[in-house]
Amino acid sequence: MSEKKERTYLIDNPNFSNLLIDGFFGNIPHSQQLGVELVSAARNKAVLRIPYKEMLIGNTAAGIIHGGVILSLMDSVGGMATFCALPRMEAIATLDLRVDYLKPAVAGLGIEAAAECYKLTNTIAFIRAIAYQEDSNDPVASCVATFMRASSNKMQGVA
Amino acid sequence: MDGVKDFFADVRASKDYDKAIAMIPYAHFLGAHFSETEQGSLLFRLPFNEKNIGNTMLPALHGGVIAGFMENAAVISLMWTMESSSMPKIIDFNIDYILSGRAQETYARCDIVKLGKRIANVQITAWQDDPAKAIAVARSHFKLIRE
Repeated sequence: MSEKKERTYLIDNPNFSNLLIDGFFGNIPHSQQLGVELVSAARNKAVLRIPYKEMLIGNTAAGIIHGGVILSLMDSVGGMATFCALPRMEAIATLDLRVDYLKPAVAGLGIEAAAECYKLTNTIAFIRAIAYQEDSNDPVASCVATFMRASSNKMQGVA
Repeated sequence: MDGVKDFFADVRASKDYDKAIAMIPYAHFLGAHFSETEQGSLLFRLPFNEKNIGNTMLPALHGGVIAGFMENAAVISLMWTMESSSMPKIIDFNIDYILSGRAQETYARCDIVKLGKRIANVQITAWQDDPAKAIAVARSHFKLIRE
């Protein structure tokens, strides 16, 4: 089936990297603290990773990574996948997010998260994501989330 | 058995709440605190910190910070209540963001809806100025490990 209308993507803008990766994403204090790195970005899709750090631990005795770190990564990767689905720069806000913890994330290994915006409407981006350590076929967590579009006019007109 | 029960008994007795936070590196990293209210429930507090910002343009707290803070609150509330022999394991976490978290202090309280033999259901509410105006509500299931 052919698409009804050709979509335009912010990510196809030659300035995408400057604007979003360096200018916005790279300047999020919390993401910098966690050491979040962009692995890849494509239309509707993004992959982020957090290298292992001791402060990510949630349970010292069991040596497992805190669920909150995974929540943070899921929120970030979902936001990034939303930007990768948008036609132009606009402010977005997480409406809701659900994370299922499938198995403990072990200490000593980083975490990668891959998200896809599987539906974009005029108001909402629908996201699903998984987080994994070594094998994307054996995820530690899965996530569904919705993001509101144009949640503020502060970022409009940037691109 | 990883000494968690004795540890929490000690924290309860000494009211050295920050010691419980220090046990969870991520909670310590966020800068969370908590204390007992006069009614005996726990009030969690996340002082504003620049490093918890998620959007510098608004500015707003990172959604993951709010969720992580609420998850910590749920874990500590369970440990506080149930005298578990080890930390509850999170099964799922479901959060609705209601208002953007502004660059200021944030609070959370937990309601343990069900404390079963194996599973607990916890509802968590976060707010800033007004306890009646939640910025986020969440519910979460935990697997409990009993002796």
